Amino acid sequence: MFGKLGLDSIPLDEPIPIAASAIVALAILSLLGWVWKRGYFPYLWREWITSVDHKRIGVMYCVLAAVMLLRGFSDALLMRSQQAIAYGNPGYLPPDHYDQVFTAHGVIMIFFVAMPFMIGLMNFAVPLQLGIRDVAFPTLNSVSFWLTASGALLVNVSLVIGEFAKTGWVVYPPLSELRFSPGVGVDYYLWALQISGVGTLLSGVNLVTTILKMRAPGMGYTRMPMFCWTSLATNLLIVAAFPILTATLAMLTLDRYLGFHFFTNELGGNQMMFVNLIWAWGHPEVYILILPAFGIFSEVVSTFSGKPLFGYRSMIVATMAICLLAFMVWLHHFFTMGAGADVNGFFGIATMIIAVPTGVKVFNWIFTMFGGRIRYTSMMLWSVGFIVTFVIGGMTGVLLAVPPADFVLHNSLFLVAHFHNIVIPGVLFGAFAGLTYWWPKAFGFTLDEKWGKRSFWFWLTGFYVAFMPLYVLGLMGMTRRLGHYNVAGWQPWLIAAGVGALLIACGIACQIVMFVVSIRNRAALVDESGDPWDGRTLEWATTSPPPIFNFAALPDVRGEEAYWGLKSAAREEQRLSDLPDYVAIEMPKNSPTGVVSAFFATAMGFALIWHIWWLVILGFVGAWATFVVFAWRDETEYEIAADEVERRDRLRREGKAALLGVPDGATT
Amino acid sequence: MSATQAQSSNDPHKLGHGEVPVSERGPAPKRIVVAYGFWIFLLSDFIMFAGFFAAYAVLVGETAGGPSGAKLFDLTLVGWETVLLLLSSFACGMAGIATIARHRFWFLVAMAVTGMLGAAFLCLEVYEFTHLIGERAGPGRSAFLSAFFALVGCHGLHVALGLLWLMTMMAQVWAKDFRDDILRRIACFSLFWHALDIIWVALFTVVYLLGAGL
Repeated sequence: MFGKLGLDSIPLDEPIPIAASAIVALAILSLLGWVWKRGYFPYLWREWITSVDHKRIGVMYCVLAAVMLLRGFSDALLMRSQQAIAYGNPGYLPPDHYDQVFTAHGVIMIFFVAMPFMIGLMNFAVPLQLGIRDVAFPTLNSVSFWLTASGALLVNVSLVIGEFAKTGWVVYPPLSELRFSPGVGVDYYLWALQISGVGTLLSGVNLVTTILKMRAPGMGYTRMPMFCWTSLATNLLIVAAFPILTATLAMLTLDRYLGFHFFTNELGGNQMMFVNLIWAWGHPEVYILILPAFGIFSEVVSTFSGKPLFGYRSMIVATMAICLLAFMVWLHHFFTMGAGADVNGFFGIATMIIAVPTGVKVFNWIFTMFGGRIRYTSMMLWSVGFIVTFVIGGMTGVLLAVPPADFVLHNSLFLVAHFHNIVIPGVLFGAFAGLTYWWPKAFGFTLDEKWGKRSFWFWLTGFYVAFMPLYVLGLMGMTRRLGHYNVAGWQPWLIAAGVGALLIACGIACQIVMFVVSIRNRAALVDESGDPWDGRTLEWATTSPPPIFNFAALPDVRGEEAYWGLKSAAREEQRLSDLPDYVAIEMPKNSPTGVVSAFFATAMGFALIWHIWWLVILGFVGAWATFVVFAWRDETEYEIAADEVERRDRLRREGKAALLGVPDGATT
Repeated sequence: MSATQAQSSNDPHKLGHGEVPVSERGPAPKRIVVAYGFWIFLLSDFIMFAGFFAAYAVLVGETAGGPSGAKLFDLTLVGWETVLLLLSSFACGMAGIATIARHRFWFLVAMAVTGMLGAAFLCLEVYEFTHLIGERAGPGRSAFLSAFFALVGCHGLHVALGLLWLMTMMAQVWAKDFRDDILRRIACFSLFWHALDIIWVALFTVVYLLGAGL
């Protein structure tokens, strides 16, 4: 009836996961109770859960990422504290648990923090920057989000019911094969990633189509904001790389469930094929994460330097070059495979070549700042902190790209230090900058700068204190994923790294305080003009928060930096642009399709993990029936009357008139 | 109007940028957007198949002392499978013509024929699979057979899901007629069905034709 699932699946003998999940369960239940008691549930259902508005979905992606960041970071604290004390003793985490912790940390940080953060910001900002009303497929967008959430849920369920993989975040066989990992841990990994992977792929299809087919009139390719370009590159990579992950994980699943021999030790299975395939996805994935962040830094640096982005077209070329080269370097993740000097040489050189377009970008950001009127807001701090730190990470990356050096440093903490040196300043600092930058656009008030800057300084120093020792440890020969060790010389460095993790914890605490303080002071922080940063791109042309239709009339784009052009014209002519003819706007209706299909997908994933076959069938039929119900709808859109559109747009124009100090001729 | 015409005849390639270039004409109509998006999805599906093709190419020699393709593949059977699948695509094209003519009856007939041919293809494939497993040449026998079953089975799974979609489309047209959104879905379905043919042609060549000679 319940497959492999039984009462013994709950690890009652392990106090840490049980206590942690009890606290989480209590927090969720009290949150739900509070929502229920205050009567917010109908509002949440109507306005958020079933919303197909790209802005709302973008915000929900970011919320998911923030919550999962706390989970992934607590795993990091566990590892840092374990390694700080586990010299000559087993520490406080049994190996069985420690292995799950480092696997979960990697999986969560990549798939359920970095990915949803970036996809969320793209979802929110890209349609606004393109001057359009929504993405190409709004309901599909909701499906994508809820499938991602479904994957995240499965990973967290593994904390209480069963176990998570103990294999490292890329589940190399043969360790991940049934023979060496007989538990459900790897199965949780496989199905959580397959379900959220479908969500990611659909989101990639959606955004590629949006960017290539749905730009405002006049928005030619070389007039798109830089963030849209990097988003295009990222989503092209998603479309081209994620199917490889799907295929690879499907093969491992067949090995585990049906006795296939893709990657086993016996009967001709080939483990190195898995390693090749997973990195053929895995390396582009790195650029999937970092390219949107490059876009955010481009927007932030240009806005707060008060200058157009330096070398806009070279930035486009660099972005697309990275997009292409991303697929040509995967083998540098396993130079030690022994493919031979010629193959390693090719991939080493290809890897170093990526530093060229990346260097172009770094110089472009610096030259954008050069001669500008720089405002050192917290977003600018994140950006400058990124540039400096990222260059260091890039240089250790080029070092690792030299095959002989890699043979020494492979699988050591030097590597761990290197990729954290890329991902933390690159992706996370970018996400934080983007979050602060677009927050007023989403909610109508800015975030508290004081706490934002405090958070930045803690994160930056915390990063250096936590990860510079890991470079040293890597050179001292410490390999990654060690639960305990008996080399006395390592311990001081590991204690230092632990202190760094605590500094980062302070940074996260500052961010939480920042949200609380900003929400409390929202009346003082309100953004009435819709353009709090003196922005240059179209998202600042509408109100904060924007109306559901974003733009009363699609903007008429005449050049690069469309909104800057509009502002300059208004200042010059001392009047706003002419009133458009307001017409009724059709918008897609909200739909529970996303959340309901994800509910069935979660049930199906859970059933597949535990071999509950009737529930698998039920889940599949349920998901299919959900789509049939969606297909049968007679009314797919609703109309917003011209009067309402005009009322909203007049509010917008008043804000702009006040901002620019010009009379709004139309209102008089 | 006449001015634009005059200009376009003088400047057929729009080198003078006299007209608004395609990229600056604003959002494309929904029909275009949907088909374009679905094409992007299909490309991603092709890449997934490419993963399975690559795995097959790597493992084709790994028979672990078991049978190779030359011993196992029955080209007559596979030939009939190919005929059925191509005929079903022809029937799908007929359904497309019926759609353009907005003729519900013939649409349903053509789709039913498409579905039956597809189902017949699947039956032959299932027969082939059970036959192989019966001969102790199942996917657990060797890495080569694992890759073979996964690649061919992945295509078969696509056909099976396509049949489910096909029946859903028939029910939609039967219940709701040729509504705009249903027309767009029909276009996507037919893209999907023809894409499966493309995959099959590659599969037939790489797996069966080359394999039978090994």
